[in-house]
Amino acid sequence: MTALAANPFRFIRISLTYLILTAGALLLLFPLVWTISTSLKIAEKVTLTTIELIPNPIAWWNYVELFQRHPIPTYFINTMKVLIPALFGGLITCSLAGFAFGRLRFPGRDVIFVIVLSTMMLPYVVRLIPLYIMFDQVGLINTFWPLIIPRILGHDAFYIFLYRQFFRGIPEDLFDAARVDGLSDLGIWARIVLPLSKPVLATVAIFSFQYAWNDFLFPLIYLGAKKINWTMALGLYGMRSLEGEMLWQQLMAYAVIMIIPVLLVFAWGQRHIVEGTTMTGLRG
Amino acid sequence: MTDHPSAAPNSKVTQATSISWLTRFRYRHRYLIGYLFILPWFLSFLWFDVIPFILNLYLSFTNYSVGPLTRAKWIGLENYTTIFTADPRFLKGVGNTLYYAIGAVPLGLIFAFIIALLLNSRVRGLGVYRTAFYVPSLVPAVAASLIFLWILNTNYGALNRLLGLVGIEPIRWLSRPEWVKPAVIIVSLWGFGAQMIIFLAGLQDIPRELYEAVEIDGGNSWHKLIHLTIPLMTPVIFFNLIVGIIGSFQVFTPAYIFFGTDGGPLNAGLFYMVHIYNNAFRFFKMGYASALSLILFVAILIFTIILVRTSDRWVFYAGGGR
Repeated sequence: MTALAANPFRFIRISLTYLILTAGALLLLFPLVWTISTSLKIAEKVTLTTIELIPNPIAWWNYVELFQRHPIPTYFINTMKVLIPALFGGLITCSLAGFAFGRLRFPGRDVIFVIVLSTMMLPYVVRLIPLYIMFDQVGLINTFWPLIIPRILGHDAFYIFLYRQFFRGIPEDLFDAARVDGLSDLGIWARIVLPLSKPVLATVAIFSFQYAWNDFLFPLIYLGAKKINWTMALGLYGMRSLEGEMLWQQLMAYAVIMIIPVLLVFAWGQRHIVEGTTMTGLRG
Repeated sequence: MTDHPSAAPNSKVTQATSISWLTRFRYRHRYLIGYLFILPWFLSFLWFDVIPFILNLYLSFTNYSVGPLTRAKWIGLENYTTIFTADPRFLKGVGNTLYYAIGAVPLGLIFAFIIALLLNSRVRGLGVYRTAFYVPSLVPAVAASLIFLWILNTNYGALNRLLGLVGIEPIRWLSRPEWVKPAVIIVSLWGFGAQMIIFLAGLQDIPRELYEAVEIDGGNSWHKLIHLTIPLMTPVIFFNLIVGIIGSFQVFTPAYIFFGTDGGPLNAGLFYMVHIYNNAFRFFKMGYASALSLILFVAILIFTIILVRTSDRWVFYAGGGR
């Protein structure tokens, strides 16, 4: 502290840093706190014009009523029907492609990889309508297949990129040893590469979960017509559009239910998420 | 990186007789396995990138609506002439989207950069602050939009209540045309943590010795920022800028949650993507909507090319670029 007092400018700068960071953090967290608070308020308190952060009484039954009025378990199962095949199918196809681009040799490899990267920059807007029409021609609208098939085939350039970067970091000696032992490329991928790749597998799994859980526009066009097919995100949207007079406490309860899994996954895999997100910036 | 060919051929090929046919087959087709491994991706590339793109281009010259694709009738440039001469909602959508992009992208980058700089100045409790700033960006877009629909509510919303404490009259965020786009920008700014994390990682990669060198030369914090940090961060800023622009041109969810398909008061919330959505999935004017999509694609392409072309003037790559 004496060192700080000796240099008033430094002291002011450090105080200002903490002031901005703390005020900013509180400002950003406020909407979340307010959401939880609203979700636990009785109807009369929701429309009070005072700021009551901790509700009294705590109306936990808002959550019970939410489940009574809306088929949330169905929405959840529907989301899982999209998520689970996408998660495991994509895991295999994307990591095989990442392995090929990172560790195998074949003519045109690097040119093809540039094409993979460039698809990341292709705006989704030019795919939206033709994909709907293509799936419509084969009668797959109002099924989960339009959301599953692209993921199973590894239509995720970013994941392929993540796998490739990770696989390139595995020491060459391991591959040489495996080849001397007579392992095929498929064997190397299955027995050497995958067991070593838990960090990147976790990163991709988390991103796949976030994507399937958060995605809105594509489920809306493929599944929006029939309520029994709705995913969690569509169900939340449905609450907004159906009711004229909105039950804010129940809407916020649903929002809390949407957010909790995301936060749990974040708490569990924070390191992987942060590493994966920063990988996007390293391409430079 | 040296990559070895898949099978293990070597100088002993001369002993051909002792090598089984399988080994020889493997050697001859040693590249096959690589192509096989990328085959699923390649199929997805064909089916979900190439063919949709061509189909989108073709449909934009037709009057296709619903049913078998054979019903699509070629009408030449009619969709495009209608868009540019007889569709006031097209211009409205372009204007609103540009307003949103010009507001949301630079503000998001500035906030993200400033917070990342502060977090990088050896603060205590870095993990807690980083989590607090990052977590909102993880909230699903539908949930975030609904949360702000509630917070921005004119009568009961928390923001107007807080503004009331300092004597500001309630703002009609979602029913006054002039406040609609600031409201959507606020939702997007709530998620600036994702860019902040990328900036922070970039800042942490700058070697400490470089800062020490500036200190030895008598430079202060300002010199460090202007002559060292910002130049070294330009590649990351450039990346976040491009991703931000591509994303903001295609903004859909907050506008759709706030105003549905109407576009809000005086169409002030009619963003370009909502206009596309309406034409495609409400009016089933698929050909027309495809033309709108292609125009947006070209706009994004032009912006990206301009940014990339001008980048060598301001983006600094250590080691002379790759």
